[in-house]
Amino acid sequence: MIKENDYILTTESLYKEFKTKKGVVHAVDGVDLAIRRGETLGLVGESGCGKSTLGRVIVNLIEATSGKMEANGEDIINPSRKRLKQIRKNMQIVFQDPYSSLDPRMNVKDLIQEPLRLNAKELSREAQDNRVLELMDIVGLSRSRINAYPHELDGGRRQRIGIARALSLNPSFLVLDEPVSALDVCIQAQILNLLKDLQNEFELTYLFITHDLSVVHHVSDRIAVMYLGKIVEIADYKNIFTNPSHPYTQALLSAISVINKKDSQKKIILEGDVPSPINPPPGCRFEGRCFLNKTEQCRSEAPPLKEIAPGHFAACYLIG
Amino acid sequence: MSTKINFIPFIKRLSRSKTAFFGLIFLCFMLLVAIFAGVIAPYAFSEQDLLNTLATPSMEHPFGTDEFGRDVLSRIIYGSRISLLVGFISVAIALVFGGFLGAVAGFFGGRTDHYIMRVMDVFLAIPQLLFAISVAATLGPGLGNLMLAVGVAAIPQYARVVRAGVLSIRSLDYIEASTASGGGKFYIIFKHILPNCAAPLIVQSTLGVAFAILVAAGLSFIGLGLEPPNPEWGAMLSTGREYIRDFPHLTIFPGLAIMLTILSLNFLGDGLRDVLDPKLRR
Repeated sequence: MIKENDYILTTESLYKEFKTKKGVVHAVDGVDLAIRRGETLGLVGESGCGKSTLGRVIVNLIEATSGKMEANGEDIINPSRKRLKQIRKNMQIVFQDPYSSLDPRMNVKDLIQEPLRLNAKELSREAQDNRVLELMDIVGLSRSRINAYPHELDGGRRQRIGIARALSLNPSFLVLDEPVSALDVCIQAQILNLLKDLQNEFELTYLFITHDLSVVHHVSDRIAVMYLGKIVEIADYKNIFTNPSHPYTQALLSAISVINKKDSQKKIILEGDVPSPINPPPGCRFEGRCFLNKTEQCRSEAPPLKEIAPGHFAACYLIG
Repeated sequence: MSTKINFIPFIKRLSRSKTAFFGLIFLCFMLLVAIFAGVIAPYAFSEQDLLNTLATPSMEHPFGTDEFGRDVLSRIIYGSRISLLVGFISVAIALVFGGFLGAVAGFFGGRTDHYIMRVMDVFLAIPQLLFAISVAATLGPGLGNLMLAVGVAAIPQYARVVRAGVLSIRSLDYIEASTASGGGKFYIIFKHILPNCAAPLIVQSTLGVAFAILVAAGLSFIGLGLEPPNPEWGAMLSTGREYIRDFPHLTIFPGLAIMLTILSLNFLGDGLRDVLDPKLRR
């Protein structure tokens, strides 16, 4: 069961900046996150808010600019190459687009075997082959497809390959970077169910990145809402959906289309655009588009995450 | 290994295209001719029959004889050894060095890319034939120097093709996926990037072999290739030129040999491009 204070991964004021010709892009701008062992933490936000960058920093595909990051109590920020290899056995990532994340010149067997060949050299050929077959069974790929190439398979089967690759080294933590957003709706459900089954079977922890609120509702234990590089609200999924506190979360939820919406649930329509991450506003990131009665503090100081109810955190001066 | 090719289905797919199949058959034929030149040539390449110079084709000499009474057919057969050798070895030189430079430039980018490619640009500014001529002139005549001259002159082209391929593939998701699986930089270059940009490279290489044969023939034509009496198709063309009005067989047959070899190389290159793309497999 998920325990309150047993964290598999924590980050503290994690920053990632990209230097471009136009200026410094603050993609991840001081993120404090604590992921409990065995849970699914949904990370939602619109395109460009830095959620994918955060996921890649967490699995060390991109170096963090600064900050702290610990997995199982050990420091994992910008590790040496040797150390990184060990860390990655425990943390893997599933990519968004199964059409571009598989090498078109490799067949199913080679694709699934690649992580084993690179990391489990102590395994004999035969043991690796057996492990590949085992993994295909686990993710529900028919063994007869072992010599198929990715272009011969549909999106769902391809994503199953991606999941098998991620699982091959028995990790305990997976970053799922929009794993179903490139798939058809009926296949989305299959993959989501598969991910749930795998979580139960192998006691996995997920960071589930998505922009699709209906998906995140199905799979998450807790949900973190991200806006312009910062986490603005985090709570368990029921609280987020029934009692959204941050004005951005409220606007986001009101955008879900529901049939027979009652008149009392008015849609919140935000004005303006997301500010540029190159020169983000100094105060609250959401201040320019907020529909609450803003104060001087909103403009000058970024609000920290504070606990407004047990286990429910939001970054806003005007609530709680 | 992912890039291993099962030979039989590979040939089957290739033979779907008639032109590519023709290219393959003709090249195999030329290869056999080159290997067994000593057995099938009716005369030695330097054997002179001074009573029978500049003879037109006959039963005795199917392609006629040249100004020293040497059998043209035998000289073409022996010449295939040199032409094919020069073509393949010089492309191999260009492919290995150019490919490595291009892959490193494309993958690492930034300053490495800048320095490598600016040097390549300087070489590209010199016409390839001129460059080969100057290298050959500096090194002097000889088979090894001929291959080196033609090969070195082609390095920048291969560097450019490989770099362009690497650049377009480097940013794809499966490269990142391989990094996440623990693949190192050179592993990724050799395992994922190069196989995926192999298609344009193979086409470029087969065309390159053709071009190398032409350049080698050109160098021999102007006297920078092999020394006589070694038979070389270009050199044969060069000497035949003097007699072209009265004895055209001296130029027609070596010319045909060059043309057919190059044509079949080009056909094969086109066919290979289709076969090597797994997306086009049915």
